[in-house]
Amino acid sequence: MELLTIIQVLDSTMRLATPLLLACLAGLYSERAGIFDIGLEGKMLAAALLSAAVAFTSGNVWLGMLAGIGASMALSLIHGIASITFRGNQLISGVAINFLASGLTVLIAQDWFSQGGRTPSLAGSARFEPITLPGALTRVRDIAEASPLMQIYSELVSGHTIIVYLSLLLVPLTWWVLFRTRFGLRLRAVGENPAAVDTAGISVVGIRFAAVMICGILCGIAGAYLATALQAQFVKEMTAGRGFIALAALIFAKWRPWHALSACLLFGLLQAIAVRFQSIDVGTFTIPVQFMEALPYILTVVILAGFVGKAIPPRAGGEPYIKER
Amino acid sequence: MEKMPKWADATLVPLISLLLAAFLSALVILAIGEDPVAAFKLMVEGALMRSSGWGYTLYYATNFIFTGLAVAVAFHARLFNIGGEGQAMIAGLGVALCCLYIPWPHWSFALLGSCFFAGLFGAAWALIPAYLQAKRGSHIVITTIMFNYIAFSVLGYMLVNVLRPARAMDPASARFPAATNLPTFEDMFSTAAAPLFRSAPVNVSFFVALAACVLVYLLIWRTRLGYEIRHFGFSETAANYAGTSSVRITIVAMLISGALAGLMAVNTTQGEAERLILNSTEGAGFIGIAVALMGRNHPVGVLLAALLFGFLYQGGAELALWTNIPRELITVIQALVILFTGALDNMVRAPLERIFLSMRKNKGAL
Repeated sequence: MELLTIIQVLDSTMRLATPLLLACLAGLYSERAGIFDIGLEGKMLAAALLSAAVAFTSGNVWLGMLAGIGASMALSLIHGIASITFRGNQLISGVAINFLASGLTVLIAQDWFSQGGRTPSLAGSARFEPITLPGALTRVRDIAEASPLMQIYSELVSGHTIIVYLSLLLVPLTWWVLFRTRFGLRLRAVGENPAAVDTAGISVVGIRFAAVMICGILCGIAGAYLATALQAQFVKEMTAGRGFIALAALIFAKWRPWHALSACLLFGLLQAIAVRFQSIDVGTFTIPVQFMEALPYILTVVILAGFVGKAIPPRAGGEPYIKER
Repeated sequence: MEKMPKWADATLVPLISLLLAAFLSALVILAIGEDPVAAFKLMVEGALMRSSGWGYTLYYATNFIFTGLAVAVAFHARLFNIGGEGQAMIAGLGVALCCLYIPWPHWSFALLGSCFFAGLFGAAWALIPAYLQAKRGSHIVITTIMFNYIAFSVLGYMLVNVLRPARAMDPASARFPAATNLPTFEDMFSTAAAPLFRSAPVNVSFFVALAACVLVYLLIWRTRLGYEIRHFGFSETAANYAGTSSVRITIVAMLISGALAGLMAVNTTQGEAERLILNSTEGAGFIGIAVALMGRNHPVGVLLAALLFGFLYQGGAELALWTNIPRELITVIQALVILFTGALDNMVRAPLERIFLSMRKNKGAL
C-alpha cells in the first residue's frame, strides 16, 4: 500500500473519530457523575438537525452550532429531570430520548423545509470550512508529489475544521477538569459514593445536573459537527449509531479521557477502513465489509466480557440517589 | 399499608401517561400546522373503520405482542432486553433457512417448523448477552444494544453473500415456496359475497401471538420457573437465599425473551414478505419496550398496548398518506409513552398516591 493511501485513511480517521470523541467525552462527564446516558445518539441527532437548520436559515454556522447545543441541552434537561429529580430509570429515559429525537427531527425538518425530512445543502459560511495550517499544500497533485513529511503535514495535520482541533484539546481539558479541580473531584465522588458527597454538604443533585448539562453541550457540538462539517446538511437518522459507538468507546476506555481518545481513534480508523475498502483481501480469504462495520461492537462486547481487562463502571452509576430523612 | 389499590396502579397510571403522551402529541401536530382532531379522526378511519385497516392494525399488533412479551418476561427478572430488534433479525434468518431448505408439505407444518427455528435463533442471539450478564457481570443493556448492531451486520452479510439469488440486485432472499405461505385473514374469513381484510397482511400468526400471551401468563404466574423469575426480579439476594441460581434464572429468562422476540419474524418474514428482507423488523423490537412498559408487564396489558400501537402504526401510515404529517409522529408518541410510563413513572404516580391516601384518611375520619 502506498504511503499516501495510508495517510488519507488516517486523515479520514481523524474526521470520523471527532464526533465519536465529542460524544464519548460527553458520556464520560455524565457517567462519571453516576448518570448512565444511552441517549447520546438522540442528543447528537437533535443537535445535527437544529444546527443545520439554523445555519441554513441564518447563514452563520456558529449560530447553527449554538442552536444545536441548545437542542441537545433541552434533551439533557429531560434526562436530568427524569433520572435525577424523579429518580426514574436512566436507561429507559435514554431510550425515550433517542426515539424522541429520531421522530421529532424528521417532523421538524419536514415542517420547516418540506424536503422529505432533510435540510437543504449548506454552503459557504453556513458550514465549518477546513483550516489550512501555514505552509500546508492544498492541491491534490502537489501533495502527491511532496515529500512524506510534507504529505503527513498537509494531508493529516492540516485541513481539518476547527471542531476537530477543538475536540482534541478537549481531551487534556477534560482530564484536567476531572482529576485536577475541585469540581472534578466532586463529580467523580458523586458517581462513586453520593452519600459521602452529601454528608460533606455538597448538593448531589446540583453536581449531577451540571454533569448532565456538560454532556448536553458536548453532544450538541458533536451533532453540529456531523451536519455542518463532516456533511453539509441534515438527513434523517444521520447519526447512524455513532452515539452507541461512542458509548462503546467509553466502556472500551474504562471511563478515562486519554483512553477515550485512543478508543475513538481506533473506532474511527475502523470506520475509515470500512468506507475506503469495501472488502479486504487477506491472502486466502476476504474480510467482508459488514465485519468491519460490526467490529467496534464486537470489540466492546469482548471488553465488557472482561476477557481483555475488566471494565468497571462508576459504582453509583445508574442508581438514583435518595437522600436519607 | 398499600398506598394505592392494585387496579389503580394497573389502569390509572398507564392511562394518565397515555393521556399526557396524547396531549403532547396533539401539541406537536398543532405546532406543525395541522389539526389534531382531524388527524385523530383520520387515524381511526384508516385503522379501525374498514376491515382492511383492521388487517394492518392486527398485523402490526402481532409483532408488538411478541416483542412486548419478550421485554416483559425479561423485566420480570429485572433484566432490560433492548435486543429484541437484533433477536428478531436473526430469527428471520432462522425462518428463511427453515422455509427455503426444508420441503414442507403443508403450511401448518411449515408454521410449526418456522416457529421452532425463529424461537431457537432468537434465543441463541440472546444467549451470549445473557451468559455475559450472568457470569461476567457485563451490563445486559449495553451488550444487547451491541448485539443489535452485530445482528444487522450478520443479516446484511448473509443476505448479500449467501441467501441472495444469483442475478438479484436487492439484498433479499429468494421467495419462499408456496407451500410455506401462511393463510391470511383474507383467505380465512372472506367469502365471495363479503370480502374481508382485502390484501391486508394479517395472517394466522396472530393466533400464535394470542397463544403466546396465554403461555406467558401461565409461565409467569402458574409455574415454579415463573415464580423463581419474579422472585429473582424482586430481590436477587432473597432468591439466592431461597436456593434460586442467579445464573440459571438470568439465562433462562433471556432465552425465553429472545425466543419470544424471535417469533415476531414468523409474522413479518413468512407471513408478510414471504422472503427475508434486510429491514423486516422495522423497529418493532424497540416498540416492544413501550408496549411492555405500558402493559405493566402483564400479558393482558401487553395485548392491549400492542393493539394500541398497532392502531397508531396503521393510523400513522394513513396520516402520512393523506396529510403533511410524516410517519415519524408515531415514533414521537412511542417516545412519550416510554418517557411517561417508564422514566417519569414517579411523576405520574406520586400525585395519584397522594389522592388515594387522602381519600383513605377521609374514610377513616368518618
